[in-house]
Amino acid sequence: MSDPATHAIEHHEPVTSTGIPSKKILMWAFLGSDCMFFGTLISTHLIYRKISATVGSTTVDIRNIFDIELTSFSTFILLASSLFMALAVSAIHKGNLKSTRWMLLGTIIFGSIFLACQVYEFTHFVTHEGHELTLSHYQDQDHVFGSTFYVLTGTHGTHVAIGVFWLLGWLVYSFTGKMSTADAMDIECCGLYWHFVDIVWIIIFPVVYLMEYAF
Amino acid sequence: MATESVKYVAPETETQLQNQVFPRPGQHTTGIIDWLTTIDHKKIGLMYGLAALFFLLVGGLEALLIRSQLWTHNLDVLNNRQYNQMFTMHGTTMVFLVIMPLSAAFFNFVMPLQIGARDVAFPRMNTLSLWCFIAGGITLNLSWFFTGGSPAIGWFGYAPLTDNRFAEVMNDMGPDFWVFSLQILGIASLLASFNFITTIINMRAPGMTMMRLPVFTWMTLVVSFLIILAFPAITIALAELMFDRTYGTNFYDFLEGGKPHLWQHLFWIFGHPEVYILILPAMGIVSEVIPTFSRKPLFGYGLIVFSGIIIGFMGFAVWSHHMFTTGMGIVATSAFSILTMLIAIPTGVKIFNWIGTMWGGRIRFETPMLFALGFITMFMIGGFTGIMHSSVPIDAQHQDSYFVVAHFHYVLIGGALFGLFSGFYFWLPKMTGRLMNEKIGKVVFTLMFIGFNVTFFPMHYLGMIGQPRRTHTYNLGHGFEAWNQIATVGAFILGIGIAIGVYQFVSSFFDKKLKPAGKNPWDARTLEWTLSSPVKEYNFARMPIIKSRDQAWENNYGPKEKHSEKEPVDDHGVHMPDRSWCPLVTGAGLLTLILGMLFHATKDLETGVVLERDYMIPIIGGIVFVIGIIMWAIEGPGGYHLFPKEDEE
Repeated sequence: MSDPATHAIEHHEPVTSTGIPSKKILMWAFLGSDCMFFGTLISTHLIYRKISATVGSTTVDIRNIFDIELTSFSTFILLASSLFMALAVSAIHKGNLKSTRWMLLGTIIFGSIFLACQVYEFTHFVTHEGHELTLSHYQDQDHVFGSTFYVLTGTHGTHVAIGVFWLLGWLVYSFTGKMSTADAMDIECCGLYWHFVDIVWIIIFPVVYLMEYAF
Repeated sequence: MATESVKYVAPETETQLQNQVFPRPGQHTTGIIDWLTTIDHKKIGLMYGLAALFFLLVGGLEALLIRSQLWTHNLDVLNNRQYNQMFTMHGTTMVFLVIMPLSAAFFNFVMPLQIGARDVAFPRMNTLSLWCFIAGGITLNLSWFFTGGSPAIGWFGYAPLTDNRFAEVMNDMGPDFWVFSLQILGIASLLASFNFITTIINMRAPGMTMMRLPVFTWMTLVVSFLIILAFPAITIALAELMFDRTYGTNFYDFLEGGKPHLWQHLFWIFGHPEVYILILPAMGIVSEVIPTFSRKPLFGYGLIVFSGIIIGFMGFAVWSHHMFTTGMGIVATSAFSILTMLIAIPTGVKIFNWIGTMWGGRIRFETPMLFALGFITMFMIGGFTGIMHSSVPIDAQHQDSYFVVAHFHYVLIGGALFGLFSGFYFWLPKMTGRLMNEKIGKVVFTLMFIGFNVTFFPMHYLGMIGQPRRTHTYNLGHGFEAWNQIATVGAFILGIGIAIGVYQFVSSFFDKKLKPAGKNPWDARTLEWTLSSPVKEYNFARMPIIKSRDQAWENNYGPKEKHSEKEPVDDHGVHMPDRSWCPLVTGAGLLTLILGMLFHATKDLETGVVLERDYMIPIIGGIVFVIGIIMWAIEGPGGYHLFPKEDEE
C-alpha cells in the first residue's frame, strides 16, 4: 500500500444518486428561483405600465427617449454572446484549451459591449434634454415608469456583470495551467447561467421596449 | 478477526498543507475555531437550533409584554408606538428567527442521516447560510438602538406604513433594519434550500429510492422547493421598498403613482407559501414520531407524501385569501376562496393517516408522542378556523379581529412549535447521546398545553365580540377584560413551560448524570437510529445499502433479506472535507455591506432630506464579500481521510 498521505489529495468525482453532478442540480435550482425573481420584476413593470400608461398620452410618451436602434443592437450582441459561450463549453469538453480561451474572451467582450450600451442608455435617459427619465420622474412629472424600468433592467444588467466577472475568473484561471476537461462541468454551469440571463433579456426586450411601439 | 479489522485502520492523515493557498484549520481543530469554521452539518444544525431557541425566548418576552399591556383596559405598560414595535418584532422574530431556523436545524441535523449521506452536497455553503441567518438576527435586533427604535410596521410591513412621511418619528430607521435583515435572512434560507434539494436528489445511499425516503426528508424537499420559489417574491418586494426608502422610487408611493396594493400581493405571494414552509417540517416530524411510538409503520406513506406535495403546490395559489377585504372583485375572491377550501383536503388526508397509524398500535405516551398528539389536536382546531376564514363573507367579519390571532397561533404554536418540540424530545438524545428526563418533559408538555389553550382559546371569543387586533388598548365596557386577563395568565404559564423546555434542551448537553441514550432509545424506524449517539463526524463508517423504507426497524425485526448491507471498505478511507474560514469571511462581508448601507446617508434632522451619501463602508463590505468568494473558489473543498474501524458508527 502506498503512503496514505498521497491519497488525501486525490479527488475522484463522487458518485451521485442521479448520475448528474451536484453542481449542475444546484445551478438548475438557482435558475428556477431566479425565474421567480425576474417574474416578480416583470409583473411589477407590466402592472404599472397598465395602470399609468406612458403611450397615447402626449405629455408622457416614453418613446421620446427610447433609442430602439441602439437597444436592438445591444440585444443582438447579447444573443450572439451565447454562441461564444456554447462554443467555449464545447471546446473545454474536447480539451481544446486555446479555443476555450478565445471563446471565453469573446463572451466577455460581447457581454461588456452590452453593459456599455446599458450604461450609455441609462446616462442618456437621465440627462435627456426635456425628457429626463429618473427613478421617480419622467419629464418632471411623478411617474412609476422610471422606477420599474431602472430596477428591472438594472437587475438584469447586474446579472450580466456578475456573469462577466465569473467568466473573467475562468479566463484568468486558464492561464494558470491547471485548466483541464475536469473543469468542463464548472464551465458548463457558468454557461447555463449565461444562457439563462440571455433568455431573460429575450423577454425583457419585447416587454419593456418593443411593446411601447406596438400598443 | 482482530487482525482483519486492524487492516483497515491506517494512520490518520493530516490536511495536505503544500496544496493550500490560505491557512485553513486542520483536522484536529477544537474549541471556538472549530465552531467558527465547521462545515459539519450536525454542528451547523446545533448552532441553528441554539440560536433559534435564544430568539424564541426573546420573541416570547415580547409576547409577554404585549399580554401584560392587554391585562386590563387603558393600561400604559407600553405606549401605542412601543406596542406596535412589540408585535412587529414578535411576529418577525417568531417567523424568521425561530420557526424557520428551528426547522432548518432539524433539516441540517437529521436529513443527511436519514438518507445515508456523510454531509450535505455543499458543506461550506451550508455554513454560509448559518452565518447569514445569524447576521440577519443581529441586524433585526440592532434596530432597537437607533433612531425610531425597532420597526412599528407589523411583520407584513404594509405600504404606506413603511413610508417615512407617515412615521411617528423623524428619520425612522426601523423599517430599514427590517428590510435589510429580511433580505439577508432570505439569502440564508435560499442557500440552505438549494443545498437541501441537491442533497436529497443526489446524495442518497444506494437503494434509498425516492419512495423509501422518510417523510421528514420528503417534507424537507417540499419546503426547500417552496422556499426557492416563494422567497424571490419578497426579495424583490423588499428591494423595491429599499429603493423607495433609499433612492426615492415610486413603487409603493401612492402620492406619486405607486400602488400600496401591489405590496400586499407580492408580500402574500411569498407569505402564504411561507405558512406552509413553517408547518410542513412539523408535519414531517410528527410523521416520524407517531409510527415510532405506535409501533406500527406509517399508514398510507404514499398518500402522506403526495398530499404534502399537493399542499406545497396549492400553497402558491391561495395567497389572496389574506386580502379578501381589499376589494379584488367577485371572480378573484371566489377563486381564491374555493382553492383555500380545497387545500383542506390534503391536510385532512394527513390527519386521517396519522390517526390510521395510531389505530390498533401499541401507543407509548412518552414526551415526543405527547407533543405529536398535541400537534394533531391543536392543529386541527387551527385548521377548522382556517376553513371558516376561507369563506369570504365570514372572513370579512373576522378580518383584523382576535379571532384571526387565535387561528394562526393555533396553527403556529399548537401546530409548528408543538411539532418542533416533539422533534427536540425525539432527536436530542441522538445529538447529545443522553436521554432526557421524562418527568420534566411531561411537565413541560402539560404547562405548554394548558398555557397555550388558556391563552388562545379565549381569543376566539374576544374576536367574535369585536376586539380588534394590533390595537394597543381597549376601553371599559366592551366586556373584554375578563377574557384578556385569562389569556394573560395563560401566556405566562406557556412562557414558563417553554422556558423550562429550553433549559432542559440546553442542559441535556452538559448534564453528565443523564442516562446514555444508546443507538436507538425509542426503537425508532429510520436510518439515523442505526448510528451511535452522538453521531460520529463521518456519520457512516461504511455506506449502507438500503433494502426497505423503515430500515432501522427491519434490521432489528424484519426478515433477513430486508436487512441493510454495507458497502465494502474503501482503501482510501472516508473522505472528509476541510474546515474553512471562507463562509465566515463572506458572511462578515455581507453583514458589513448591509450595515454600511443602513448608515450610508447623512440626513437633515429636521426635513429628512439626504444631504450626503458615503459608500465607503458598503464598498469595504462588498470587497470583503468578494474576497471571501474568491478565496472560497481557490481553496476548493480540500479534505483529509479517516479510517474508522468497521463497527464504529
